[in-house]
Amino acid sequence: MARRPQKFRNGRHNMDYVLLVVVLFLVCFGLLMIYSASSYEAGVDMEDPAYYLRKQALATALGIVALFFVSKIPYKFWQRFDFIALAVSIILIFLLLTPLGVTRNGATRWIDLKIGLTLQPAEVAKIGIIIYLASMIQRIEELGKNILRTPKGLAILMTPPVVVAGLIYIISSNLSSAIIIVGIAVAMLFVAVPDYKWFIIIGVVGLAAVAAIVFYAAGPGATGEGSFRLGRVRAWLDPESYSTDKAFQTLQALYAIGSGGLWGKGLGQSMQKRKFLPEAQNDMIFSIICEELGLFGAVTIILLFVVLIWSCMIVANKTTDRFGSLLVVGVMAHYAIQVILNIAVVTNTIPNTGITLPFISYGGTSSLFLLAEIGIVLNVSKKCK
Amino acid sequence: MTVKNNAAKRNMTTQKKKTFFLCIMSILMMILLMVRLGYLMIFCSAHYMEMAQILHERERDIKAARGRIIDATGTVLADNKTVCTISVIHSQIKDPEHVIAVLSQELALSEEYVRKRVEKISSRERIKSNVDKETGDKIRNLDLAGVKVDEDYKRYYPYSELASKVLGFTGGDNQGIIGLEVSYEEYLTGKKGQILTLTDARGIELEGMGERREEPQAGNDLYVSLDINIQKYATQLAKQAYKTKQAAGVSIIVMNVNNGEILAMVDVPEFNLNEPFVLIDEFAALAEQTDENGKKRETQDLLNNMWRNGCINDTYEPGSTFKIITAAAGLEAGVVTPQDNFSCPGFITVDDRRIHCHKRAGHGAEDFVHGVMNSCNPVFITVGLRLGAEKYYHYFTQFGLKNKTGVDLPGEAGTIMHKLENIGNVELATISFGQSFQITPLRLMTTVSGLINGGKLITPHFGVCVMNEEQNQIHEFDYPETEGIVSSDTTEKLRYMLEQVVENGGGKNGYVEGFRIGGKTATSQTLPRGSGRYIASFLGFAPADNPKVMALAIIDTPQGMYYGGQIAAPVVRQLFENILPYLEEIGYQ
Repeated sequence: MARRPQKFRNGRHNMDYVLLVVVLFLVCFGLLMIYSASSYEAGVDMEDPAYYLRKQALATALGIVALFFVSKIPYKFWQRFDFIALAVSIILIFLLLTPLGVTRNGATRWIDLKIGLTLQPAEVAKIGIIIYLASMIQRIEELGKNILRTPKGLAILMTPPVVVAGLIYIISSNLSSAIIIVGIAVAMLFVAVPDYKWFIIIGVVGLAAVAAIVFYAAGPGATGEGSFRLGRVRAWLDPESYSTDKAFQTLQALYAIGSGGLWGKGLGQSMQKRKFLPEAQNDMIFSIICEELGLFGAVTIILLFVVLIWSCMIVANKTTDRFGSLLVVGVMAHYAIQVILNIAVVTNTIPNTGITLPFISYGGTSSLFLLAEIGIVLNVSKKCK
Repeated sequence: MTVKNNAAKRNMTTQKKKTFFLCIMSILMMILLMVRLGYLMIFCSAHYMEMAQILHERERDIKAARGRIIDATGTVLADNKTVCTISVIHSQIKDPEHVIAVLSQELALSEEYVRKRVEKISSRERIKSNVDKETGDKIRNLDLAGVKVDEDYKRYYPYSELASKVLGFTGGDNQGIIGLEVSYEEYLTGKKGQILTLTDARGIELEGMGERREEPQAGNDLYVSLDINIQKYATQLAKQAYKTKQAAGVSIIVMNVNNGEILAMVDVPEFNLNEPFVLIDEFAALAEQTDENGKKRETQDLLNNMWRNGCINDTYEPGSTFKIITAAAGLEAGVVTPQDNFSCPGFITVDDRRIHCHKRAGHGAEDFVHGVMNSCNPVFITVGLRLGAEKYYHYFTQFGLKNKTGVDLPGEAGTIMHKLENIGNVELATISFGQSFQITPLRLMTTVSGLINGGKLITPHFGVCVMNEEQNQIHEFDYPETEGIVSSDTTEKLRYMLEQVVENGGGKNGYVEGFRIGGKTATSQTLPRGSGRYIASFLGFAPADNPKVMALAIIDTPQGMYYGGQIAAPVVRQLFENILPYLEEIGYQ
């Protein structure tokens, strides 16, 4: 039988089904793990073991509807939303300061939609920045003259994401979302701008800054008046000395990971989820996966993310359209940054900062928009060569 | 398509390259994280698993069986009894009414008491501990849901009162409180086991997660030199004297003079080892009395007194039995020979003090042997003065009298003695016949043993060896000995004179037909003088020409007749009449 991939690709419905299947698998697996990780605590605290599962299942259902809905919308539609996306993101962030803002655990990160649901503006801002940047880059490109390669062009493109990230950090004290937004922006610009030098400079300066902070925190001079964040760095360097306060969660996660061994304790058998690891269904869910499914399960999940990111890259590079390609790159960067940072935090590879694991961690807004982003990628994939 | 100019086209090409680069970098980082995970989950796994396990498990101790204490005949003097602890687990009880009814009936507890515990919402509630095994088994066999029967060990002394002050007893945590139970704690105590149960972070046990057991390790058995037959007989005699003489206390010690093994140690009144915290009648009566301030005595204080072993915890003025030491020192120093002649007018004047002999009429002319037989105070005062304070003190020290004996029982009392520079002639005179200083009864016996066994100062002891559960000896005890405290010549003379005391002198009530017995009586007035309270004692050993065993009987504050030769010597005689044939029979060396 003659192989005709070209023809297949040119068909009208040549969506990237691999991507879709991987995502749907991750989402279902996520629901399973959320139930496993949260049922004990929910059963004790809420007297309803399925409390978190039910809420997450609703968000996931909405997300899948959004995924299919968005995948039907030609992605070009989003191009006109450049400034609107930016404006909506910023307005939503400022809404946190109004009485609509909902405060949980001391941080105001949610807006009450008054229909029994809450929305996290930071998650909206991520997709907003992706659309804004893809559209702006495309637009500047069309002006010609290689404005992209000038510092002025870079400044025009970088300022809005940095401002949004700053607002998110200041208003909702959400450092991780700010990092992700800046990360997405840097990744998209890195791809769009033909030069390397700016990024080498950014990279070197960034690494130097990180090294300086770590050395400062590790040194004897940093004791006492050290700020909250410096304390976290010290706790990261030596979690067993801060086992009761700053490194408590990290150490509990390490216990869970270490307890998993090669094959894990089996689904549902985690001990750490029994109130030892606080809010096991959130940022630290990956450690429960490690404990229950072992190194085998953990590596499998990471490989699924590798497939996801690889698929995004294929879609991005098969698209001849700059805008579509950049949209996919933004989404890919979003997933990659979150997956890498989440697992790095859980394994205490970097200091603790609250980052969720895409598709798996508990969080309604996050799931909804992550799935919607997949819808965009799927739509772009239809237009691939 | 949309690429409109060359620059844009070029940019699109680099964009693809860079997208690929970005993707590869991300995947590379993920691979690094997988490596990191592999490191954590394979190489650090044991470490974190152990730390997590410590965090997850709550432990309940399982008592280890304590080693037994076994006497020279192989009789178990201290044993363990299996007892049960009955508890209920609220969440597992299915039929509370039935459980309440059964438990209150079987354990003889009020229904109200049981109901309160059964209905209390807690993870585990103890109903009753120290329930005997039979009842525990019965309850277990009923198989009531939510009722737990845990087995446990309790120290048990089959001969309840026998050698109570020597054996000692254990506390709630199975640790020795007095006696041998304390001295040999390290051998007797086993290693606690643990039941480890998984709990959540609040400490609530998780159902169906199973439990892990670390088995307890039983303690080792202690073999002691006590002989139950001798101990029993000595106890019987002591009790008899205690009753007939209405004494404050009677102590009897039987010891091997050559190696220091103690065969019996009695100090009546003794107490019940199985109920060590219950005051015996004598002390219960004291508990009712009030002192001059109208205050009752503290129970703990009374218990401590009840547990005191007079043979080693208390000192007394030995009186005439101490003349053996003066005689030995005199003979050893050459200031007196058995043939030396003395004259006793019934008193002797030392400096400006007139010290009376117990026989006011005086013993008249006598040689040293008769001076010993008559226990003549002026004779011994003369010998003491001939020695002088410095020499006397030298021998006092050489005979080990200033030190504790080193017996393997806790709380041995030390000697209370003048300082050398404070010993004037009057003090020296009183020391010579056993007054104005204090030693423990065991100290006296130990020193006299050394003097009559050929000059070997031994360490009195009970502990012989330690055996593990498989009856393999894992430790044998060695005790220090000091040779040559006196010459064998002095020993020979002492043996002869002390045999004469029993044959023809003041100790004839200690004579046992068919055996050669040596001994010395004593009647010492207790402080304050003139109170009319005396301590009567007799120290005897056999055979007189080659001593093997020594017995000391001390009757504290007897009513009526109080002379040692009259009341204490017969006790030792009766003891010897029984135990000497017995020791011969078992071939005791």
